[in-house]
Amino acid sequence: MVRFLISFERKGDAALGRVLLLAVIILLAPLLGLADEIPKSHAQPPSKSSVTQDIEVPAPPLTEGIFPCTACHDNKTLKPNANRRSLGMHDEVQLRHGPESRWCLDCHDMTDRNKLHLVSGERIEFTTSYLLCGQCHGDKFRDWRSGIHGKRTGRWDGKKQYLLCVHCHNPHAPRFQALQPMPKPKGPGDIKLRRGGAR
Amino acid sequence: MNPEKPLKPISECTPCASSDSRRLFLGTAAAAVAGALTGCGKLSMDEFLQHNFRELSKAEIQHVIARLEKEYQEKYGKAVQVGVDPALQGVIFGYALDLSRCIGCRRCVHACVKENNQSREPEVQWIRVLQMDKEEGVNIHHADPYYAPDRVPEEGHFYMPVQCQQCKKPPCVKVCPVGATWQEKDGIVVVDYNWCIGCRYCMAACPYGARHFNWGEPTLPVEELNTATHYLGNRPRQKGVVEKCTFCIQRTRKGLYPACVEICPTGSRKFGNLMDPKSEIRYVLENKRVFLFKEDLNTQPKFFYFYGV
Repeated sequence: MVRFLISFERKGDAALGRVLLLAVIILLAPLLGLADEIPKSHAQPPSKSSVTQDIEVPAPPLTEGIFPCTACHDNKTLKPNANRRSLGMHDEVQLRHGPESRWCLDCHDMTDRNKLHLVSGERIEFTTSYLLCGQCHGDKFRDWRSGIHGKRTGRWDGKKQYLLCVHCHNPHAPRFQALQPMPKPKGPGDIKLRRGGAR
Repeated sequence: MNPEKPLKPISECTPCASSDSRRLFLGTAAAAVAGALTGCGKLSMDEFLQHNFRELSKAEIQHVIARLEKEYQEKYGKAVQVGVDPALQGVIFGYALDLSRCIGCRRCVHACVKENNQSREPEVQWIRVLQMDKEEGVNIHHADPYYAPDRVPEEGHFYMPVQCQQCKKPPCVKVCPVGATWQEKDGIVVVDYNWCIGCRYCMAACPYGARHFNWGEPTLPVEELNTATHYLGNRPRQKGVVEKCTFCIQRTRKGLYPACVEICPTGSRKFGNLMDPKSEIRYVLENKRVFLFKEDLNTQPKFFYFYGV
């Protein structure tokens, strides 16, 4: 290779020779151990796994005794039925989430009932259900990951405890439930005079 | 416990370094007159202060803490730890509250009372939740702190909890005639209950109603006493002193969230270090619509209200 370049120079085309030398160095750089200078971070797109690694969440609040779903939905005695219908089971579920067309199998996986699925068809665990919610509620998902949407406990300068979306929002009827307020403060009318004045 | 404040005036008049400089100084009559007028003669620090306003040594602080712990032990029959954790380096605390999420359940009010050993009777509460009309917006003339429906939130209303805004320019500190209240390095405005004379000037000066007076001897059920305390925070108070929110100084200086943040069921309350660009509080300030309560007064609160939606 060097001889090849020299031959160019002999012909008096020194500038072209230098350009080619530079090109060769760049091409050979990875082999010469210069690769470290080339940033690698852009080489791979951020993978979804980085999201799941960062965030520790408690177990999802599944109805007691209902999991694993395949105990009943075993695809043998209970065959999957993709038709929209009113179910004979799960009557505690009142679906009030999004448009009328919403249906169980939009989120629950038909063939593996222990899992949910994304619009891409990718199956996910109940423990990472925030990925599913984040498909439509991207802005909330972004805020949740940054610690703004939803409750955080723990340390402001360190480890925090997160909650899943479904800990506060029933996925079947996600509106936050009204609460009973705690007692009101005492107003001026509540002050009672005792002997010796107010105490 | 408040050495910085009284020491400030004399820092402007430097004590003489040597007898030479003193002679030089006395030689110039004009300067001597100026010195006499300002009261800043070339006195040594000790001469000027006459042994008043000394900074407490570590041993003296230990002595005070031991006395307080003994007195609390006698009063409540329970061991109470009085902490003296100083402000953390490189930390200025900030707080943000999401008005679009708060439902006015008052969990924060009562968690605060428990954590910070407020008097139950007469009632002292550091957080006041205002119910406001959505049509009116943030308008104090349409605020009701005494709402009591079966369920919150109520239709057509939103809720705005108000507590100490930990102002950068605290009017309460400015008016205190005895220097019993001041701003710490991490931005928390604190009260020394053993220095407060109960004049309540600070309560009149505070535009947020954040300061509260112990009109009577505070009553505190022993079984509900929080024994993890801080000298400048939740240690039990006596009759006749003013108290206020300290961002749970006994918790936050140990890295924990304040009690109101921990209890909030809607996650409306956000807390963190304003100096840390990666903190939640900075994310709120950089990405959300934020407003300051009574911004026109230029108190420069470190308590921000924002709309999370």
